Amino acid sequence: MSEENKGALGFKQDTPMERFLNGLIVENPTLVLMIGMCPTLAVTTSAINGVTMGLATTFVLALSNAVISLLRKVIPDTVRIPAFIVVIASFVTLVQLVMQAYVPVMYQALGVYIPLIVVNCIIFGRAEAYASKHEIVPSFFDGIGMGLGFTCAITVIGLFRELIGGGTMFDVQVFGEGSVVPGPVGYFFSQYQPIRIFIQQAGAFIVLAVLIAIMNQVKFNMEKKGKDTSKFGVGGCCSDIEIKDPKKVKEELLAKERAEKAQIGVKQEQIKPSDIKVPEKEPVKVGEEDKK
Amino acid sequence: MSDMMKVSSNPHVRSGVTTSNIMMWVVIALLPAAGFGIYNFGIDALIILLLSVFSTVATEFCYEKILDKKITIGDFSAVVTGLLLGMNLPCTAPWWLPIIGGIFAILVVKMLFGGLGQNFMNPALGARCFLLISFPALMTNFVTDTYTSATPLAALKAGEEVSVIDMIIGKIPGTIGETSMIAIVIGACILIMLGIIDLKIPGTYIVSFVIFIILFGGHGLNGAYISAQLAGGGLMLGAFFMATDYVTSPITTKGKYIYGVFLGVLTGIFRVFGVSAEGVSYAIIIGNLIVPLIEKYTIPRAFGIRPVEKKEEKKA
Repeated sequence: MSEENKGALGFKQDTPMERFLNGLIVENPTLVLMIGMCPTLAVTTSAINGVTMGLATTFVLALSNAVISLLRKVIPDTVRIPAFIVVIASFVTLVQLVMQAYVPVMYQALGVYIPLIVVNCIIFGRAEAYASKHEIVPSFFDGIGMGLGFTCAITVIGLFRELIGGGTMFDVQVFGEGSVVPGPVGYFFSQYQPIRIFIQQAGAFIVLAVLIAIMNQVKFNMEKKGKDTSKFGVGGCCSDIEIKDPKKVKEELLAKERAEKAQIGVKQEQIKPSDIKVPEKEPVKVGEEDKK
Repeated sequence: MSDMMKVSSNPHVRSGVTTSNIMMWVVIALLPAAGFGIYNFGIDALIILLLSVFSTVATEFCYEKILDKKITIGDFSAVVTGLLLGMNLPCTAPWWLPIIGGIFAILVVKMLFGGLGQNFMNPALGARCFLLISFPALMTNFVTDTYTSATPLAALKAGEEVSVIDMIIGKIPGTIGETSMIAIVIGACILIMLGIIDLKIPGTYIVSFVIFIILFGGHGLNGAYISAQLAGGGLMLGAFFMATDYVTSPITTKGKYIYGVFLGVLTGIFRVFGVSAEGVSYAIIIGNLIVPLIEKYTIPRAFGIRPVEKKEEKKA
């Protein structure tokens, strides 16, 4: 296995397993690539919203990836975006009708964000960046990995927002008045006052930022252990941000400084008075000023 | 002789003004208003102020201890934040409200953005708005044993009569530090005389607010209404102590005027057209957010540098 062929986490590039883990962890669309922020911030007011939205997106993502991969040689390059939209929109309509029929409550709760899956950045991004260039099997698993990565991320965001902002966990009252936890612990829990801002938009940003920070810390720790994380966040907004151990950086800088100092010392020794050249005076051009 | 021969790099002349010095004076200037709040609302107010200051200072200390950074609680900025936050809470607040507010102010608004000098908005106001959105009922509960009526601003909005004299002295319900106009102005005078703040921001803020109220307040040039709007709510506290925060206000002179007018108009809009009677804190944090923009467009031309158009003229 050559170095170039190496995919995420040491798996062979473009195999189903590699694609799956790549979407779930290494290139997690929400926490690493930071795409698809609109549903991430808008629907994560509760964990169940996150799960439903995530699974709906996963379904659309996996199937549209597969179909687009199949059609990749048929679709002309110049009209690929409309072609992608047609494929994606048909699956979204499917999801929408199924949800309306079988989970009307969730359909009501998610509202306009279900049809908006059509223009979800993650689906477009994967169609454009992966499915339109690769075989059907890895494309399908890429969709599943990315979709589940998205599902996990927004479920966790929803879980925290719901818990802090409302005291509930999957609609079960854990903290705050009417806590289901019995005994003295329950009494203690029931004293909790929900911090309402977390249900609102600002809370989504705070929770998302904390999760991204944790993700970066995980990445940093992996780097410390010597694992290859260069594949982390390829093509994402944070791909060019390299996280280094501050102590290492300091040592490097000190070493650089010492080397520079040593060089300067050497240079100073080498310069002899005879080496210094006095620049000759440039001959003054007469008449130059007058011409102007 | 040896003193004269000492060679050091510049600056050679240093002023005695340091961050901790300035912050200490701000604390001292805040004391009259805080003291009046304690006199007005009793021991509850004192407890809330102490909890709030303790919370901010402890958060800063713990954060820096855990992350192995230089401990900066000695510069008193956390004390100022805590005191301002406490003065922005009603005295009926439960004990954990100032503590959560203090943690949010220091941890999220100040430290996560890089500590003093890097915070993008006033930490005390950021925390106040955080609490106001999270616990609206607790944050606007001004009913105490002494005061059972609504705040003067709310009464004014409902079209009731208010006593302007009471408002100027401060014998009114409200948050701990905002009630007494006199005490706040005394503190502000100390800061102005010491040159710590100048009148550019508070002056333009108050003047533009008054003009806005005259034009759109619906009462015209009614002296009682205008002075009640000025003395009521957090306008004075905000204008003198929070809008003038060094970190979150523009440094250019032109920028300061723009910032003051912006705050005045925004406060007026919130108070006249908004749902709630008060709008100073939101006005100031929104103002804080546009400060980088204001500074970008009001940078004065450096001495000796020609504007770009003139250069082109010469070339042609």
